[in-house]
Amino acid sequence: MENWSLVSICVLFGLTARWAVSLNSYSGAGKPPMFGDYEAQRHWQEVTYNLPVHEWYFNTTDNNLNYWGLDYPPLTAYHSLLCAHVAKLINPDWVELHASRGHESYGHKLFMRATVLVADLLIYIPAVVLYSFYLSEGSNKKKVCTVLCILLYPGLILIDYGHFQYNSISLGLALWGVVVLGLGWDVLGSLAFVLSLNYKQMELYHSLPFFCYLLGKCFKQGLAGRGLFLLVKIAVTVLVTFALCWLPFLSDPGQILQVVHRLFPVGRGLFEDKVANTWCSLNVLIKIKTILSTDTQLYISLTTTLLAILPSSIKLLMKPTLWQFKLALVNSSLAFFLFSFQVHEKSILLPALPVCLLLNDLPLPAIWFLQASTFSMLPLFLKDGLLVPYVVTSLAFLFFSIYLLSALEHCSEDKLRLGPYRQLYRIGWALFYFSITAMAGLSFMSVALAPPAQLPDLFPLLVSVFSYLHFLGLLLYFNIVQIAEPPQSVRKNQKKSN
Amino acid sequence: MCYLYVEVHSVISIPPRLIHRGQASVYDTGCVMATPRADDWSWFPALALGVSFLKCILINAYHSTDFEVHRNWLAITHSLPVSKWYHENTSEWTLDYPPLFAWFEYSLSHVAQHFDKEMLVVQNLLYTSPATILFQRLSVIVTDIVFIYAVKECCRSVREEKGSKDLLGHPFFILAALLLWNFGLLIVDHIHFQYNGFLFGILLLSVARHLQGRHLEGALLFTVLLNLKHIYLYIAPAYGIFLLRSYCFTEDNTDGSVRWSSFSPVRLVALGSIVISVGALSFGPFIAMGQLPQVLSRLFPFKRGLCHAYWAPNVWALYNMVDKALSVLGVRLKLLDVAKLPKASMTGGLVQEFQHSILPSVSPSITLICTLLSIMPAVLSIWCRPRGARGFLRCLVVCALGSFMFGWHVHEKAILMAILPFSILAVESREDAGIFLMLTTTGHYSLFPLLFTAAELPIKVLLMLLFTLYSFTSLKKLFRGSLLNPLETTYLLGLVAVEILCEVVYPLSPWQHTMPFVPLLVTSVYCSLGVCYSFIRLYVSLLRQHGTDKHKQL
Repeated sequence: MENWSLVSICVLFGLTARWAVSLNSYSGAGKPPMFGDYEAQRHWQEVTYNLPVHEWYFNTTDNNLNYWGLDYPPLTAYHSLLCAHVAKLINPDWVELHASRGHESYGHKLFMRATVLVADLLIYIPAVVLYSFYLSEGSNKKKVCTVLCILLYPGLILIDYGHFQYNSISLGLALWGVVVLGLGWDVLGSLAFVLSLNYKQMELYHSLPFFCYLLGKCFKQGLAGRGLFLLVKIAVTVLVTFALCWLPFLSDPGQILQVVHRLFPVGRGLFEDKVANTWCSLNVLIKIKTILSTDTQLYISLTTTLLAILPSSIKLLMKPTLWQFKLALVNSSLAFFLFSFQVHEKSILLPALPVCLLLNDLPLPAIWFLQASTFSMLPLFLKDGLLVPYVVTSLAFLFFSIYLLSALEHCSEDKLRLGPYRQLYRIGWALFYFSITAMAGLSFMSVALAPPAQLPDLFPLLVSVFSYLHFLGLLLYFNIVQIAEPPQSVRKNQKKSN
Repeated sequence: MCYLYVEVHSVISIPPRLIHRGQASVYDTGCVMATPRADDWSWFPALALGVSFLKCILINAYHSTDFEVHRNWLAITHSLPVSKWYHENTSEWTLDYPPLFAWFEYSLSHVAQHFDKEMLVVQNLLYTSPATILFQRLSVIVTDIVFIYAVKECCRSVREEKGSKDLLGHPFFILAALLLWNFGLLIVDHIHFQYNGFLFGILLLSVARHLQGRHLEGALLFTVLLNLKHIYLYIAPAYGIFLLRSYCFTEDNTDGSVRWSSFSPVRLVALGSIVISVGALSFGPFIAMGQLPQVLSRLFPFKRGLCHAYWAPNVWALYNMVDKALSVLGVRLKLLDVAKLPKASMTGGLVQEFQHSILPSVSPSITLICTLLSIMPAVLSIWCRPRGARGFLRCLVVCALGSFMFGWHVHEKAILMAILPFSILAVESREDAGIFLMLTTTGHYSLFPLLFTAAELPIKVLLMLLFTLYSFTSLKKLFRGSLLNPLETTYLLGLVAVEILCEVVYPLSPWQHTMPFVPLLVTSVYCSLGVCYSFIRLYVSLLRQHGTDKHKQL
């Protein structure tokens, strides 16, 4: 069959899975007074539609910032405004100031779900298809399989279509950045990434690799000649895009400061709830939050994050290739997730995106990571009533990715890119199945067993510590792969064997 | 090796031979392919598991009243003695399937009690706890294993043309995908809620057994099927004549006509004892309790109207439409008096009893005669010139489609009875593939009104696109070229317009409140054109084969 029909089938299948998940519950459904992220997004529509721009980020009588105040960058606000206009057309009650608070109805849920699907269809899915067809190696069939596996990644589906968020926009824009950069259009790539950064500040996790890749490219072309010209072009693009995004706020420095303050709420502490990162896991042994002051926590997390991203960034700066870039994206965002300040469990989607891009090159570690990342959000899914879709999408993803990527992959041992450590490969698979079994066991216990009375958070904690171990191990692994890049000859051989 | 073979084949341009799968694998050995090899069946579980995941993810989707129907039957069979099964009427959804299905529900209820005991209480009408939903949905998904196995058996008995080394281009792969991922079955069973997968599994398995020459097994399976759901009586003529003609008579004359002397009484007795013993097992207890009339009155309720609330896209839909058009025309031309017209006719499509105003009304016996007349030529053809199990399969499809076209109170879901077995023929011949595309696309589209909730609209559109796109591209590739003529293509593209008109434009228009029945009417009339056309083409193909056979003999 022609490629276009196979790809369309994969995309249709991905869309069906997405919409089927969206039939389920969302975060905070029927839980007044605060509800959840679904209400937050609806509330932003209400605020942006009814209030003038300069009140969006300020606490006023009409805008109570303690009730889901806007804390994402301007593009999110504009997007909310756009959705609000559509909502107003369909049913004005949905965005009426004050009166619409906590509005829940069949029609509204449908509308909100549809906005996610539209954004996904316009931004994320085309980027995935383009990436797989233009930037991944292998036969056409393998590219189609890559499309399917990336589209079926359960973490993103469950958070966007179950829990309710618009990650497909920020991640999709970042992916557009990667794709366009990979195709050699540096200016457009930086534009896409700046847009993504202005949609969600968490995209900062990806910013350093983008910066290093582009800077490295400028260095390579010679900072005295064409490199300088390129650097200036990129810098101008970034500044102009930023300026355009922030245009309504530029008139008053107070506005800018307030927005920045909303975006980076330092006061909220090192971590909240149960996150599979270093601080939360360390907290089991040492109560960091109570021992250290907020400032000390901030400095410690800043230092460790910088240390963790340093090797991959330097390597990328020296060698700005697409392969290095993808790995650096993983390493940087994962390091941010594990060590930085105020991390949410959903932020694991940021490293998950570049890991999806490695599905084709490093199937086993990528599948492993993606599964662990979905698992790490289990407590959230249980809270939102998404148990059935969690189980089904996880099993489906595991099954499809293992079947499609390893069945096509007869030479995967070389593909692990560990060079001399080939015997590790088999141990790797054994460990993989062991860990999948453990995840299944922990999932089952979280659902079926009541925790002991003195340890009510036992299962969420176990889930996060167990996932943390995976993330830490895979951070090390991806760093090793990036630093010890296989010699060119090995990669050429692989190209031949494909 | 493989390349060499293919090249030699194409250079000498031998017309591709029909080779059986078992032989084909000889050429495959030693040929290293990038994809899983065709003769290892690892792709099959993948395809089946893939669709099972899709089914599981639809667990929380909308379900129709059929969900309550089956819950009620679980409760009846679990909590009441056998003698009360067909008398119980607390719920309006009384047990109206044959006894074997009741026993099937009885066995399911023993698993159900571990999920939620409350669903097994007859008085708990409309009971839908999460555990009940999970159990009922899973019961459909799990019993679909029968269907999956049957599909595998069908794929094994498909003839294939050697040539394509790509797994995706093999007829058996395409057949497996067309059956396992069938759009109609997915939405009827896993959204609307019914147990068709398991029943069609038995039907397909029986067909596969006939294709494999294991006729007694095939007959046994079909008898069991009849005792599970009596709607399959419609295709019983094909079975009866085929078994009598091709199984009980062991030899033909040289011109293909029946050799009366070759009649084998042993075979007839074997068949008869199978039918009677299964029937006795199923109906015996009720006959012993003297409840047979009660059971039969439940199984064949003739109180219902000619057409279902939503007209199935068959001849009667066109008939109703013509009647309506004539009456409107008559009123306009002042030939008719509005006051004298039956009232219901003007709101048609939403009422059960549809009274015709101009054309004569249709009674059940007329539909029965029409149905019998419509399937008669096909049945006669396999009596006069049996063309093996494939001829039988074609006759079976004609019977299913004929009864769909002319039957009394036909449901739109019944189109699946023709579509699913027809898939097997579609991957074997070019002409059938063309008819198949017409029939499935219109037939599947006519199922759209089954899911009328807004949230399920994207699901049905996406799944329909998925299946239709796959069936078109795969069959086109298999037969290397376009399968439809421009007129047919235009008609099918018209379905897109109908969909947009009916589900997007019309609900926004003011007529939605005054004449809400128009979208359903348009859908069923438009689809019935396509189904009628496919039926005629199918008949032509059958009779033409009959003609060429005769010609050859002369």
